[in-house]
Amino acid sequence: MGFWGYRRANGACGVRNHVAVISSVVCANGVVEAIGRAVPGVKTLTHGEGCGRGPADTILAVRVLGALGRNPNVAAVLVVGLGCEVVKPEFIASAVAATGKPVETISIQQAGGSVKATRRGIEIAQQFVEQAAGQRREMCEWRHLTLGLKCGGSDGLSGLTANPLVGRAADWLVGEGGTVVLTETTEIIGAEKILARRAADPRVGQALVALVDKQHRLVKEMLGPLADQVISPGNMDGGISSIQEKALGGIAKSGSTPLQQVLELGDPPTKAGLVFMDGPGHDVIAMTALAAGGAQMFLFTTGRGTPAGFPLAPVIKIASNSELFAAMGDDLDVNAGRLLEGTSLADAGQSLVELVQSVADGAPVKAEINGSEMFALPTVAPPL
Amino acid sequence: MHNAIIIHSQDNVAVVIAPIAAGERISAAGRECVAAEPIPQHHKVALAPIAAGAPIVKYGETIGVAARPIAAGQWVHTHNLTSAEE
Repeated sequence: MGFWGYRRANGACGVRNHVAVISSVVCANGVVEAIGRAVPGVKTLTHGEGCGRGPADTILAVRVLGALGRNPNVAAVLVVGLGCEVVKPEFIASAVAATGKPVETISIQQAGGSVKATRRGIEIAQQFVEQAAGQRREMCEWRHLTLGLKCGGSDGLSGLTANPLVGRAADWLVGEGGTVVLTETTEIIGAEKILARRAADPRVGQALVALVDKQHRLVKEMLGPLADQVISPGNMDGGISSIQEKALGGIAKSGSTPLQQVLELGDPPTKAGLVFMDGPGHDVIAMTALAAGGAQMFLFTTGRGTPAGFPLAPVIKIASNSELFAAMGDDLDVNAGRLLEGTSLADAGQSLVELVQSVADGAPVKAEINGSEMFALPTVAPPL
Repeated sequence: MHNAIIIHSQDNVAVVIAPIAAGERISAAGRECVAAEPIPQHHKVALAPIAAGAPIVKYGETIGVAARPIAAGQWVHTHNLTSAEE
């Protein structure tokens, strides 16, 4: 058993077959957007980076943009740069080319300006879309699926309904040999030792605790007295009594299987099963990090509601309560509020697994239907 | 009547899904207790007696320890739960 996916030259399998047009630098955004308007079949990734940053951010941008191009949901990649930027299109293209998928680059200065660059880009994009359209879905084993987990706009019920529900789907996929990536390092503060006890290897647990300690210090340094608003239990009125309880509510998304690996932001897992990736709680940057790590689909829980979607991967959004689902049903795919109305976690979990299966086969999620997509790159230091 | 949820089978607390009055029967996943006091919506109730210093378990993990003895049916929150420092 598996899903009907798109098999890539390197053996990876996509649940979507996107042609990505990527800016290597902010200066190329206009051309990339013009290509996107002319060829609506592509997914454009524009951002504010690629130049005027220190070495750490340059390396991060190259690593993450290259990794996004390698994501199994991507059939082919066109990278557009200006010419004098630090992050050259070729850096990104060479990382993508290693997977064997088609990749092309355009430099606006070399092309003789944005009109000529756009014209060339439209030709390449059309060819890539045509090639991609000719590819058929094939049966792929579940071990080829990587799910990214995320919560955004949580409420007091997220940890009771939506997150444990996601945990059921996480356990199912791990049982099928797939990979599940938990992130949001700040959210783990307080329960890192509890999660570390689930580590398959003590070194993995030590790496997790060290990572969360570092993040804890960073949050205190950045926010000073405001840090308590992030790392305290928070909503005491909502019934949360300790920071451990709050963090466990978020970790519930990861289900109950052993933690196999701790990854740097944007790195692909090299082990199947549950892994943790260093990453921010920022909804969009966290999805970027997870997709860079190879996630082909997201399970995203919310208590307050969000239209969040991602250009390269379907985002299944799960409401923590029925009031939210009734109010924002256009943006949400699953109502975990049913768990408070008599539906068992086992039954709701089975329904979620079936939804994951159909979305993997190609069924669109609400964010895809609405065309709600957002993208941002992580950064570490201020611009120069 | 289903008015609480237990997240993990090893939990010794349930979370009530509606405000509960003293004396009301609380039931979840085949386990039951009687509220010893009012329990606010989405707050925790002890399913069994918890000795002072004993772990309070939710998600199958220790979320804190009992600051004093807690009887079955009592409200569990910051007044009687101390964060467990590891």
